[in-house]
Amino acid sequence: MKPNPYRTERIAFTLLLISTVVIILPVFFIVFIIIQKGFSAISWEFLTSIPKMGMREGGIFPAIVGTLYLVLGTLIFALPLGVFSAIYLTEYAQDNLLTRLIKLAIINLAGVPSVVYGLFGLGIFVIFLKLGASILAGSLTLGVMVLPIIITTSKEALDSVPKSFREVSLSLGVSKWQTIRYSVLPHALPGILTGIILAISRAAGETAPILFTVAAFYLPKLPHSVFDQAMALPYHLYVISTQVPNVEVKIRYGTALVLMMIVLSLNLAAIILRSQFRKRKKW
Amino acid sequence: MKHFKEFLIEKVIWFCGVTSIVIVVLIFIFLLKEGLSLFKHVNLVDFLFGRKWYPISDPPHFGIFPLVLGSLTVTLGATVIAVPLGIASAIYIAEIASPRIKEILKSGIEMIAAIPSVVIGFIGMTTLVPFIKHYLNLPTGLTAFSGALMLAFMAMPTIVSIAEDAITAVPHKYKEAALALGATRWQAIWRVVLRAASSGIVAAIMLGIGRVIGETMAVMMVTGNAAHIPESLFEPVRTMTATIAAEMGETVQHSEHYFALFAIGIVLFIITFIINLIADLSIHRHRE
Repeated sequence: MKPNPYRTERIAFTLLLISTVVIILPVFFIVFIIIQKGFSAISWEFLTSIPKMGMREGGIFPAIVGTLYLVLGTLIFALPLGVFSAIYLTEYAQDNLLTRLIKLAIINLAGVPSVVYGLFGLGIFVIFLKLGASILAGSLTLGVMVLPIIITTSKEALDSVPKSFREVSLSLGVSKWQTIRYSVLPHALPGILTGIILAISRAAGETAPILFTVAAFYLPKLPHSVFDQAMALPYHLYVISTQVPNVEVKIRYGTALVLMMIVLSLNLAAIILRSQFRKRKKW
Repeated sequence: MKHFKEFLIEKVIWFCGVTSIVIVVLIFIFLLKEGLSLFKHVNLVDFLFGRKWYPISDPPHFGIFPLVLGSLTVTLGATVIAVPLGIASAIYIAEIASPRIKEILKSGIEMIAAIPSVVIGFIGMTTLVPFIKHYLNLPTGLTAFSGALMLAFMAMPTIVSIAEDAITAVPHKYKEAALALGATRWQAIWRVVLRAASSGIVAAIMLGIGRVIGETMAVMMVTGNAAHIPESLFEPVRTMTATIAAEMGETVQHSEHYFALFAIGIVLFIITFIINLIADLSIHRHRE
């Protein structure tokens, strides 16, 4: 008997739907369980006090501050570099070997394991440049890691600005840089912003690159300068869930909740911004 | 003056443009600089195929074979789970879902990529690991299998979004021609669209594998970290990434152990480089 193609189709489509559901469901499960078990830990005191009793009590304030500093440092380094690099690729680069090499390098950077970035940061920033384990070394390491994210999203945004915008500006006798500055960049800004937000969320959530470049196991005070070590939320979660025994479940889940909320809300903002950007585009 | 400013800005832009190359080269140089020092004391064959990783015993053994096998076991397990599910989901999102559902699903998949790996590892530790221990009746739930499940989940955003792009990029007329010849939608998808998208799908799989092999925190938290040669999926294993992350903090700078961890970094860098290269080549073939 020949199989009925319409029945095959129904079966196939059902299987495809089930696969999709199987992939999406754990997301809801993870978000749900972290909120359910972590919500009761969240209080003003938890967010604003330092850890006490070997991190078994108290709050996570130094870890939040440390993560903020790291994100800021990452941006100061990666943002100009990434955006200019994207401008080079879209506006200046010719179709030659150098450009192909740059593109290959970016693809490769995006695929380097995060722990290898950690090794690189340790080798170059901490030891070779003698910055020590510090906020500066950690920010630079994270900056290198998020660079491909900023470059690819900025490049996409710049590419989407029509060629005619540039031609009109150039034909009026405006220089190339002024054209980029006044007729291209403003239109690409929302797209670039999306990339920046994604980079922030990645930098805030990564653990492996900061393990040996900045992260302090337990440091119940705030960093004073960029040459200090600092605590950071993702590493703090790792420490209290694997290295310190008998930490209350509530504190672990509470820390996970704060970290997840920061990262997810950033990503949500990026998604909304991008869809607004696409809708508003009139060309 | 104006010309000078323009000149300066263009130079800055050019310099930023080539930084990516500089950074890749720097990463490679620094990994080599620290990693190659190991081979003054240990020969390459003993390093790659030695069966003992006892970095702090006396005399120390730096054989990464169990770690390579650990990474391979977990990666293979994750790939077997993630590839069929991921591609099925990509087909659903690209070809079947309505535009509204499509946007929601795509955002949902992106959310997976957003969750920090340490959070995924933490949830795996507190929910999946006890579950596996209990239901599979194992001495411990910290196994290669737990790692493979977590990693399959974490590879989904890469596999689904790139495969979905590849499927969407297939020209409509291919499918329309098949439908006009009386094929059902499924037949058109299965026999025409997927074939046309195959090189893009290969790229999606390769990048997914690259993601899995480089993942560190989640895998370190759920696989048990025993540096021995695994005999099944249901034993604890230790991956290359977890070894670096777990041990670097305790080494003395410029000790043999420290060099050995950088040497593992070189191996990882080369593996991911090759995987990304293959993915890139198949994407380019796809475009042509």
